[in-house]
Parts: sequence; structure tokens; C-alpha cells
Amino acid sequence: MDALLKVEDFTMHYSTKAGWVQAVDGISFALNRGQSLGLVGESGCGKTSIAMSIMRLLPYNAQTKRGKIYLGGRDIYSMTAEEFRQARWKEISMIFQAAMNALNPVYTVGSQIVEAIVEHEPDTTEEEARRRVAELFDLVGIPAERSDHYPHEYSGGMKQRAVIAMALACNPSLIIADEPTTALDVIVQDKILREMEEIRRRINMSMIYISHDISVIAEVSDIVGVMYAGKLMEIGEADDVFKRPRHPYTYGLMHAYPSILGDKRDLATIPGEPPNLMAPPEGCRFNPRCDRATDECRAVEPLMTKVAPEHSIACHNPVWAPSSGGEQVGVAR
Amino acid sequence: MALPDSGPTNDVNDVLVRVQNLTKHYPVGRGFFHRQHAVLHAVDDISFEVARGEVLGLVGESGCGKTTTGRMLVRLTNPTSGSIVIDGTDVSSISGADMGTFRQKAQMMFQDPYESLDPRMTIFDIVSEPLNVNHIGNLEQREERVAEMLTRVGLAPPATFMFRFPHELSGGQRQRVAIARALVVNPGFVVADEPTSMLDVSIRTGVMKLLAELREEFGMSYLYITHDLAVARYLCDRIAVMYLGKIVEIAGSEEVIGNPVHPYTRALISAVPVPDPAVVRPIPNVRGGVSKPINPAPRCRFYERCPAAQKVCKESDHPELREVAPGHFAACYIL
Amino acid sequence: MNELATSPNARQSNGEGPRFDPGITEPIWKIRWKMNMRSLAQNWEVFKESRVGMFGLMIIIAFGIFGLLWPIMINFVWDPLVYHPVVGFDPIMMHPSPPVAGHLLGTDPIGRDILAQLMFSTGREFLLGVLSAVISVVVGTFIGAMAAYYGGFTDTLFMRLADIVMLFPFVPLLVVIGSMMRLDIFSFAVILGFLEAFGGITVILKAQALQVKVRPYIDAARVAGGSDLHIIRAHIIPNVLPLSFLYMMFNVTAAIVSEATLSFFGVLNIDMSWGMMIHTAETAGYLFDFGKYWWLWAPSGFFITLFCAAFYMVGRGLDEVVNPRLRKR
Ligand SMILES: Nc1ncnc2c1ncn2[C@@H]1O[C@H](COP(=O)(O)OP(=O)(O)OP(=O)(O)O)[C@@H](O)[C@H]1O
Ligand SMILES: Nc1ncnc2c1ncn2[C@@H]1O[C@H](COP(=O)(O)OP(=O)(O)O)[C@@H](O)[C@H]1O
Ligand code: SF4
Ligand code: SF4
Ligand SMILES: [Mg+2]
Ligand SMILES: [Mg+2]
Repeated sequence: MDALLKVEDFTMHYSTKAGWVQAVDGISFALNRGQSLGLVGESGCGKTSIAMSIMRLLPYNAQTKRGKIYLGGRDIYSMTAEEFRQARWKEISMIFQAAMNALNPVYTVGSQIVEAIVEHEPDTTEEEARRRVAELFDLVGIPAERSDHYPHEYSGGMKQRAVIAMALACNPSLIIADEPTTALDVIVQDKILREMEEIRRRINMSMIYISHDISVIAEVSDIVGVMYAGKLMEIGEADDVFKRPRHPYTYGLMHAYPSILGDKRDLATIPGEPPNLMAPPEGCRFNPRCDRATDECRAVEPLMTKVAPEHSIACHNPVWAPSSGGEQVGVAR
Repeated sequence: MALPDSGPTNDVNDVLVRVQNLTKHYPVGRGFFHRQHAVLHAVDDISFEVARGEVLGLVGESGCGKTTTGRMLVRLTNPTSGSIVIDGTDVSSISGADMGTFRQKAQMMFQDPYESLDPRMTIFDIVSEPLNVNHIGNLEQREERVAEMLTRVGLAPPATFMFRFPHELSGGQRQRVAIARALVVNPGFVVADEPTSMLDVSIRTGVMKLLAELREEFGMSYLYITHDLAVARYLCDRIAVMYLGKIVEIAGSEEVIGNPVHPYTRALISAVPVPDPAVVRPIPNVRGGVSKPINPAPRCRFYERCPAAQKVCKESDHPELREVAPGHFAACYIL
Repeated sequence: MNELATSPNARQSNGEGPRFDPGITEPIWKIRWKMNMRSLAQNWEVFKESRVGMFGLMIIIAFGIFGLLWPIMINFVWDPLVYHPVVGFDPIMMHPSPPVAGHLLGTDPIGRDILAQLMFSTGREFLLGVLSAVISVVVGTFIGAMAAYYGGFTDTLFMRLADIVMLFPFVPLLVVIGSMMRLDIFSFAVILGFLEAFGGITVILKAQALQVKVRPYIDAARVAGGSDLHIIRAHIIPNVLPLSFLYMMFNVTAAIVSEATLSFFGVLNIDMSWGMMIHTAETAGYLFDFGKYWWLWAPSGFFITLFCAAFYMVGRGLDEVVNPRLRKR
């Protein structure tokens, strides 16, 4: 089956006065219809940048250096602007980081969504669009009559749901959600995550879910991609990655954070800090912080290699954990 | 009302901080023509104790009054009513010269490492400020002390950090500077308001571990404010759960996590995402209504959202904390 | 002086403890000096990027050189009897004379050399502009910081005062003051400085100070035990100062314009200035035909405009330094 979204060796750098910021470097992955990909990484590692690359919404100082992005088999960077404008919202749409603050305060929430629908599907009447908004609100769990309210009359969680409704307005086949719940409380986050999962299942939508919180990623994704300093370090089926993280960075991340499950355990620290993307380290970008680093790591950049049927990593000395018996690596109960 | 005593791990008699009926109300103007002010109950009649050497976690969702409580404890905000006694000093009555002594006993760490350091000061000036304004030591001694603190918080060698500006440090390093500043006067009690929540995961762990180590080394007590139960569990001896200005449950941290009794605590715990795709969490049992801290009705604050609500909950005032098990207090009628 | 608190570790080892050598080889004041120089250099780098700012700075430097030429010219080159800006007179000519060899910019109706007047006045314009701007900004920063920090009565008092100063138009007020006391340039600069300090600049600097006041580092300073005065002095003022400095540039402009206006009305006790030159032309009745006697008003008018523009441009350049958010990527 052909993948819905295919990113091949995509490389995008920002030009700044001080030099090139290597924000996305040689990223490849594929996503099938109905699948969800969770992208996890620390702030500044390039998650939003790759999302914006897929949406073709890059700022003026961004330059794509290499690689292709295919959406439904078509190379998006060879489409004309008009063709892509058509695809945006209808085929892919996005929930932007902190989007709930982007609702226009002077229009009612409903009318903002109606406007978005009418703009992208000019042959929809306003009447139809209104009906659609009512359905969408039902879908994301806001009472339909609240669509006449202004954003300030909504709570943070409701605003976020409204933004999700807006992103769903044109039945996209792929939706990119950039940290959609980061600013929310856990109970609200839980509600929204569940609703998004439910909607995704119901309309067989694909989803890229971006977060810095590995627990959130664990809950929503079929495939997990771990990014570090502009590179994809590990990607694979969520179950496998969480049970047997092979990349030292993934391993570190999973053990760096306390859990409310199981016994209280000691935390692993990753020493140092993420590198400056203007001058990333030679070889493996993680090498200055990695306790398994060797001379090879400092000289040769590791390539993505398969370690299991649906699980690849870029590392010279992966953490190998036997799948049964021996050292239990994952953060399972 | 019976005060919740300290957790089982602590010496009950050695109370460092005693908070009684602490309340903070903010008048919120409802426009020009409304003479009747609405009142926002940011913190509403809470009482707790922190033992010497203990870490008490204060957990709750955004806006529930955690920061307000912490600020009142170090007297950045004056309470509407209630009393705070820290190490024998009644916080609301200190004035003038006693303030300096109090500042050496109780310090605070702030959430945002990017905003809590004056951008125009050097790291040396920032960390030595508490020594400076309280006239402690001479310049040479301050230099030495600052160097020691910087080394302790992992900014070594200190000479390479002392004369830099905050914008020349990373977020994690800044938060370490803020920690050094709070600890430089060797306070017995520190209010830590989410000092790790703005930090990246891989850096956060280091800072959390540092806080745990420093506590051991300096024998300090913390009031550790966080919205993250997992962090609270890792760092705290006891956890107090707040909801809309009220403490609804307080107990040893393993007890709160493993055996929560208040409906809100239960919902909160079941909503925490788990880093394991194999775990299927139960749906948090809580209704969607939003309760507001403005002019709350005289009934249980959690009533609108509570799945277990009964008639009594609506008809009586907010329930008092009751001891449901030794050292485990909760405020709910149906327990 | 209190005992210096030491860590428990140090206390355990008989109060001696591990000595922490900060590892600093230079005295602190020297390090501070070096750091200040470094920030200055960094800010200069940013300022240099601003073409407008650099252009303005170059004009100001040109004015400076021009003004510095005056003592040389009058002492070594020009005959004071002929070229004195106030009482000079060239007996061999008809006045006002258009530009000729000995008087490159001509002479005024009473026979004084225009170029000499321009040159002489430059230094005094600098004095006036800079002095009044410094006064207004120093006083304005202090008041703004106090008003923002204390709020309440202090705030209301100064803000009402600002309203009054701003509502009450500057120029007529100064005309009245000027005609009552015949101000010289020095007292004029002081009055102007204070008027601006209590007027608009306080409001702007207070707004800035209010933003600084709510920053968490102010709370942190309070928890550290800092008194109000310490917080104002060590945190609020230093963080408002860059903006003050920026407004200082704009205030120079304002001072020069006020001076020109009042001189034009002839209410200042100033024997010579750019404004005065226009005043002379006007009172002698030579402004009726604009084009014909252009050298009487155009050079001074041009200087006033250029001088003000230059300070304004430097202000724009400083804006880039002070508000880095506005910086282009
Ligand atoms: N100065 C103030 N004036 C009016 N209301 C205030 C003020 N400070 C806080 N509040 C209100 O008091 C309540 C408690 O605020 P507080 O900052 O203590 O919450 P918090 O628990 O620390 O939340 P967060 O997790 O978001 O930091 C909130 O409803 C807040 O809006
Ligand atoms: N428009 C831009 N110009 C220059 N650098 C940028 C721009 N946008 C982002 N960056 C840099 O690119 C890197 C990746 O950013 P981003 O994709 O936003 O990270 P994330 O979403 O993972 O936090 C960061 O170092 C960031 O500072
Ligand atoms: S390649 Fe080397 S440095 Fe990079 S993660 Fe693997 S072991 Fe560590
Ligand atoms: S008192 Fe009643 S409403 Fe309140 S938490 Fe208990 S059961 Fe729920
Ligand atoms: Mg981002
Ligand atoms: Mg808070």
C-alpha cells in the first residue's frame, strides 16, 4: 500500500545573520492512512519546523536543501502554489502550537469556522457550513449552541477543542497537531487526547502528533519518532520503541522522567545540553552527551538502520536489550 | 478543627511551618457601576504544617491557588486572614529589622528561569544579592560564598560563570543560578514554585536531582509547588492536593498516589498520561462543568464536577479535612 | 555585620570548612569595567547596523567639529572686530550682504557675519540640547520609577502633574516665563529639562517601569530582602535606563525646537543662537520676501532642521539597540 505521507531525506535550514540553523536534517519517514505518528523531542529540536515543512508554511528565511515530501504520491514542493493551497486544509490541516490563543477575539467561534469552510470550499453555502460546524462541535464535545460565543467566553480547553474542530472542518486525511495540549491541565488534556483518538479512528484519519512529553506520545501514537537536534534518532512502532528503546537518547528520555506508576525509582540524567544547531557536533549529534559514545561516534554520522521489522535507529552502539528475560528496559509497569 | 499532622516519616513535634486558616480573597471589579464587588477566593481557609527537613508538595491544576499560597508564605502577598508561623516567627507581624532575619529563614524559587533573573545583572550580583541587601559578610567573603554555591549547584568552575549575564546561560543553568540565589543565605525553608516546569526534559531531571540532594545536604524544608503529580511523588514526602483554593486531600506521597480517596484526586491521578503504550488508563471520572473561584456557592467546591456528589454535598458548606487513615486527610462528605 | 552563613558541610569541619577559592584573579571592579566595555562594544555593533543611526551620528560629529572650529577661527583666523557674532561689523560693505568672498554666507542687517554666527551658536545649541535632555531624563526616570513602584498617591500626584504640564502648552508657557524673567541659555535649559521631565517623558518611562515592576526578578529581589530603595535603584532604574537614553535623543530635538521658537518671539535673553538669527531677520523686516534674502534665514533654518534630524536619527538607531525585538533577523 502506498503511504499517504512520505518524507524522504528532507533537509531544511534557516538562514540567519549568524549562520545556518540546521533545524531539519535528513529526515525520512512514511505514514499510512489511518496511522498516527508521534514526534517527540525537546524544544528547539525541529519538530515544528518539520511540521511547517509538510504544510509548506515555512518562513522566508527557510531553505529546503535536499529531499522530497510526497502527499498521496505527489511531491508537494513541485505542486504550484494554487494546487497546494487546495490541498491544504482539505487534505492536510494543522493545529498550531498555542493555537487556542490565535482565535480572533472579535468574531464568534462558529463564524470563524464557517468562514474557513467557505473559503476552502467555495461551493458550500453558508447554511451548509453552519450545519457542518454544528456537527464538528458535536464531534469535539462542545455544545452546538456555544458556537455563537466569543473566544473569551470559552475556557482554555474549549478553545483548544474549537481549534481542533476548525482543523477538521474540511475532512482532511492528515492532521498535524503541534503540542495541542501542552498548556492545558491534565484532566482537560486527557479529554482532548481521547476525543482526538476517537475522531481519528472514526474517520480513519492519519495524524502527526508533536509533543515534548513522551507520556503523551505513548498514549496517542502507533509509530513513535524521536528527534534530537534536527535529526530523527529513532523511529518505530510505539510498542516496540517503548518496550525496547535502542537509541541511547530515547533510553535516556524514558528514564529521565518520574512516573506515577510502579515503584519510585531513581532517575537517569542526560548530562549537558542540546547543541547549538548552527554548529552541531561532528559525527553523531548526540555524542557529547552520550555515555556510549566512541571515537567512531565523534567522527562518523550514524545512518538509519533497521533493528526490527518496523523499527530503525541511527546509532553506532545501540542499547540492546533482549526482548525476553534479562534486563528490562522499557518503562512498563 | 484538627490540623493534619506530619506524615508518618517525620517527627510530629518538630514543626517548622504552621499555616492556619490561611485565606486570600481578591476583589474583582465588575465594571464601574457595580458597587457590589465580586470576590475571587484564590486561597480559602487552608491549614497545613511542614516539618523540619520535610518536603511538602502542593499539587493542583492551573489557577487553583498554589502560587498565591507560596507567595503568602514568604510574604510577597499579604493574606486576607489566617496565620503563618515559620520557625517561631509569625510572618504577618514581622516588620523592619526582623524582615532581614526572616528573609534568611525563608526563600523562594520561581517558575520562569528566563524572567526571574535581572537581565542587567551579572550572575555574581544576582547570587550575592541576598547577602548584599542583608549586609552579610564582606566582599571577599561574598565572593567565596557565591563561588561555593555555584559549585554546589553544578556551575563549575565558578569563575567561568560569575561574570556572565543571564542571557549567556541556558535555561537549565539559569534555574541553577536561581537555586543558588535562594540557598545562598542557607534558609531553613524554601518555597519552590514549579522550578522545573519550564525546563526541557533532559535538563529538568538534573535540576530535580539537585533539589533532592541539596535538601539532604542542607537539611532544608521545601514547599514544592507543581502541577505534575509524578514530580511531586519523586521529590516530596507528603502531597497536598488543591482544588479552587481549598486543600482537598493531604497525605504521604505514596499514599496519595497509591490510595487516593478524594474524587478529585482520583480523577487527577487517572488523567496523568503514562509512558507506556501498553497501559490503558481508565477514563477519569469527572464531569465537565467548570467551577469558578469567584463568589463560590457555599457547598463543596468540587460539587459541579464530582461524579459521587450527593444531596449533602449541595446542602452543606465545603467539607472540612477529616483524617480518613493515620496521617491521611481528605475533605469529602461521602468518605 | 552578620556572620556569613556557611554550608552545613563547612560547619561540620570546625567552622573551617573547605575554602572556596572563587578563582578570580582580578578585582571585581576591574572585571565589571571590562564587562561594561564589552556590552558597550556589543551595543555599538548593533547600532552600527542601523544606517539611519550612523548617518545621524555622522551629522552630529560634523556639527561637533564645526562647533569646535569656532574658538580657532575667532582666535587665529578671523578678526574679532569684524567677525564677532554679536557685535561684529564689516565697515566696508552694504548690509545685509549676500554671500561674498569675505563672508561666505553673507551678513545680516546689522552687518554681522552669518557663518560666524552659525559657528558660534553650534556649541551653545549642543549645551542647551544636551543639558536639558539630561535633566529631563534623569529627573523623569527617577519620578517614573517612583510613581510606578509606589503607585497610589505618589503615582496620582505625578501623573496629574504630567497631565497639567502636557495640557498646558509648552510654548506659550515659556513665552510667559521668558518675558517675565528674560532667561539665559543655562536657566532656559534647566527649566526646559524640568518641564519635559514632569511632562510626557515621565509617563513613558513610568509605563516602562511598570512593566519592569511586575517582572518576577523584582519579586525575587524582594524575597532576597531588598528594600524598596534597593529595588528601585538596582533593578527598576537600570532596566528603564536604556529607554531613558533613547528618549534623551528625542528630547534634544525638542529642546532645540523650543529654543528656536522662543528666540523667534524674542523672549529669551540669548545674544546669539540659530533661532535668534531668524528673529533678527524677522524683526528687521527681511522675511517678507522669502527668496530674496534667503541667506538670512535659510542657513540657520537648515541647521536647526538638520541638527534635530540628526538626533532623531541617532534615536532611531538606538531604538534597535534598546528594543532588540524590533531587530530584523
Ligand atoms: N493579583 C491577583 N488579582 C486577582 N486575582 C488573582 C491575583 N493573583 C492570582 N489571582 C487569581 O487567584 C487564583 C489562584 O492563582 P495562583 O496564581 O495562585 O494559581 P496557581 O495554582 O499557582 O496556578 P498555575 O498552576 O497556573 O501557576 C487564580 O484564579 C488567579 O486568577
Ligand atoms: N524562522 C526561523 N529562523 C531561524 N531559526 C528558526 C526559525 N524557526 C525556528 N528556528 C530554529 O530552528 C530550531 C527548531 O525549531 P522548532 O522547529 O520550532 O523546534 P520545536 O518545535 O521542536 O521546539 C530551533 O533552534 C529554532 O530556534
Ligand atoms: S552513535 Fe554513538 S554517540 Fe550517537 S547515540 Fe549512538 S552511541 Fe551515542
Ligand atoms: S463532598 Fe460531595 S461533592 Fe464534594 S467531593 Fe465529596 S462527594 Fe464530591
Ligand atoms: Mg515547537
Ligand atoms: Mg502558579
